[in-house]
Amino acid sequence: MQQSPDISNTLMKKRFRIGEFLAEKVITATAFLSFTFIVLIFVFVFRETLPLFSPPEPVATVEELGEQETYGDLVLTEAEQAAESKEKNKDHVDEGVTVENLAGDRWQPISGKPKYGLLPLIVGSLKVSLIAVLLAAPIGILAALFTAAFAPKWAKEALKPVIEILAGFPSVVIGFFALVVLATYVQDTFGLQYRLNAFVGGVAMSLAVIPLIFTISEDAISAVPKSLTEASLALGATRWQTALKVILPAATPGIFAAVLLGIGRAFGETMIVLMATGNAALTSADPFEPVRTMSATIGAEMAEVVFGETHYHILFLIGSILFLFTFTLNAVAEIFVRQRLMKKFRGD
Amino acid sequence: MTKTKRNILGAIAYSVPAFFALMIVAIVLYVMTTIVAGGWGSLTMDFLLGAPEEGMTKGGIFPAIFGTFLLVVIMSVVGVPVGTMTAIYLSEYASQRSVLARLIRFAVNTLAGVPAIVFGLFGLGFFIQFVGAGVDKALYDDGLLHWGQPNILWASLTMALLTLPVVIVAVEEAIKTVPRELREASLALGATKWQTIRKVVIPNSITGMLTGGILAVSRGAGEVAPILFTGAAYFLPHLPGGLSDQFMELGYHIYIMATQSPDVEATRGIQYATTLVLLLLTFALNFSAIFLRYRLRKRIIT
Amino acid sequence: MAKTDVRMKTEGLNIYYGPKQAIKNVTLDIFTHRVTALIGPSGCGKSTYLRSLNRMNDLIENARVEGQVLLDGVNIYDRQVDVVELRKKVGMIFQKSNPFPKSIFENVAYGPRINGMNDKKKLDEVVERSLKQAALWDEVKDDLGKSGLSLSGGQQQRLCIARALAVDPEILLMDEPASALDPIATAKIEELVYELKNTYTIVIVTHNMQQAARVSDYTGFFYMGELIEFDETKKIFTVPAKKQTEDYITGRFG
Repeated sequence: MQQSPDISNTLMKKRFRIGEFLAEKVITATAFLSFTFIVLIFVFVFRETLPLFSPPEPVATVEELGEQETYGDLVLTEAEQAAESKEKNKDHVDEGVTVENLAGDRWQPISGKPKYGLLPLIVGSLKVSLIAVLLAAPIGILAALFTAAFAPKWAKEALKPVIEILAGFPSVVIGFFALVVLATYVQDTFGLQYRLNAFVGGVAMSLAVIPLIFTISEDAISAVPKSLTEASLALGATRWQTALKVILPAATPGIFAAVLLGIGRAFGETMIVLMATGNAALTSADPFEPVRTMSATIGAEMAEVVFGETHYHILFLIGSILFLFTFTLNAVAEIFVRQRLMKKFRGD
Repeated sequence: MTKTKRNILGAIAYSVPAFFALMIVAIVLYVMTTIVAGGWGSLTMDFLLGAPEEGMTKGGIFPAIFGTFLLVVIMSVVGVPVGTMTAIYLSEYASQRSVLARLIRFAVNTLAGVPAIVFGLFGLGFFIQFVGAGVDKALYDDGLLHWGQPNILWASLTMALLTLPVVIVAVEEAIKTVPRELREASLALGATKWQTIRKVVIPNSITGMLTGGILAVSRGAGEVAPILFTGAAYFLPHLPGGLSDQFMELGYHIYIMATQSPDVEATRGIQYATTLVLLLLTFALNFSAIFLRYRLRKRIIT
Repeated sequence: MAKTDVRMKTEGLNIYYGPKQAIKNVTLDIFTHRVTALIGPSGCGKSTYLRSLNRMNDLIENARVEGQVLLDGVNIYDRQVDVVELRKKVGMIFQKSNPFPKSIFENVAYGPRINGMNDKKKLDEVVERSLKQAALWDEVKDDLGKSGLSLSGGQQQRLCIARALAVDPEILLMDEPASALDPIATAKIEELVYELKNTYTIVIVTHNMQQAARVSDYTGFFYMGELIEFDETKKIFTVPAKKQTEDYITGRFG
């Protein structure tokens, strides 16, 4: 077979198609841009916390360096701090950013001697999230169980849009509802001293968390193979026995992931807690006392701070903690959903 | 176990989940009726088209509606094309082994779980402090802040970033519904990849893409945390005149009016009505997305 | 039947999907204006082989091709070869009819349009000619604006053939084009194949041995990725040289 000159002319010449080339380059570049920005989020949020971790003075004595290496960059004793700030008396000296200060139970960033104790904020976030998830988890999971395992078709069709509506409520609307209606109701019912408190915030937050827990649990429950359910029913188990003893256990990893994601959502949500919790940085176990969460602290104070001051960097530090915490929860949830579910259902 | 006992247990096991399901419905209805009842009376044309008056104790919310609209438009103009192109890259151009594609997927998953307030921090740290202040230093020599302060551009860009994962995931899902057979038919006819994307992939997934876009927009319209310190203003006597101006926004307005208004009780009507407007806006967006999705499903079936 | 020119040829063709080898060392000639049928049990590699002839395998992520596929003496896997031009020359009809969700007219006009033909009159001509060639014109000429998906299965498949013809290919690859159709529609497709070989060189994959016997001039029998036997169709179906071929065509396995 001879190579014909005609065919080599049409086939053997790779054409350069300018449109094709541009489309591919532009699309790839855009994808890369997306990725770059996502990375920049990590970089810039963490970057703004860095000044906290570097020694306040560029010229540090050998003694100090040694000390820092032992205890980590963050550790500077208060005495040293005081000495330094006296010595240099600069504008942006890190006053009192020490482990003791950060671990303290006072959050008084705007005072003569600012206190940046994160403890009350962490306690606040945990309290609200805990209350929210304790309420949302049973409601969301059981409603999901009902939808996926028991409900007649019409009920399913009716419930799903309702959940979508709830998921579509802007959090500021839920916050407003909590502030105006729920808080009064809770105060009257329990005869409370404070209108706005962790409980009100937690209840309101549960409204934001329910759709999330419901949706993921429902997915997990629906994903339980029919063969499992049918096997149980064929053995003479009733429908509720099957639901409780077969379906729920099989869907446990997914439900667990749903709860983890719910905690993450509650932990990071800002507007609801900003409006409904009272925002007092207290460290108490009482659910009916006001709290100030980490997210609300950023939301309330960031607009007021002076850029570059310690307070500013501390708020970024709180943001970084939120970031890391939710990231970890998401990663763990992902592992649960992906691996455990697959292992369980594929039987390997 | 006796039969009666089993029946009772069965009834409990059935009715408790049913009760919780019903409870969700009741909560949603209650919240909605409360807001509608509280806001309906104040919802007049003057309210929608007027500006706040007398220290925001009277008047309308037009600047907030306008600001929200502007925010959503800029956010969409930036975020939707970038998200769509990224999704096209992921589903059409990237090979399964592509490192960039895997990195993007990981980043998108991560981003979806990041709290909205953290996006606000990024907007502040990157757009305002880094880009904005950098531009000021480079272009203006007067030591004043032009771009290095909160404004509608930075708020919109922050919001675009927040909605980016929503757009990417939704568009990718939409593209996945285009059958492989159609792509093959096009390629076998001698169409190039980009021709196939333009003439087959996009036309056949456009409804799904729109749905995703609308959902992203709705998410953006309802989110307040990222704009708290990237551009939203407490009160402005006039509408934003340029990208470097601050703006009023519905959600932020609700927050301000409900928590920091001089007389919180006296402005309850305004608060309710503003909340109702925001709720109606997000519902309108969500319902159009649901409607599109419904039509899409119907088209696939027939 | 006198042997005519060899139009396409594979030499020592090996195709891998990841670590799995799907085609093993296949050497085969495809003759101009003849119908070549590829038969064999499902999973024997005949479709894979077919898809390598216009590089549709390129779309599969981990597919790897060794050896040569020559078209008029040019190795189509050569780095210099333009795949888009190749596919314009070597058209393909798929097992499942896959009209675009567009009108009948736009389906057929798709190929000419992407090649830059926008003149309405020219497009009309091409569409009419292609639909006539595909023996569909008389059935659809009055509703060219109707959706291609509104046609029956057999009509859809002929629409896909018309769509492929509109690009002016020289070779047509058909991947079990009638496997999803009823006997009457199948007969129409077979008739069409018989007509088309005057103008085109055709390679058809089929799991239906009667079909291969009816429409083809040459037949290749694939088994487990190997070409067991290749010869004139009448020889394959009357005096096969290999035991395996005989077993298959007499229905002893497959």
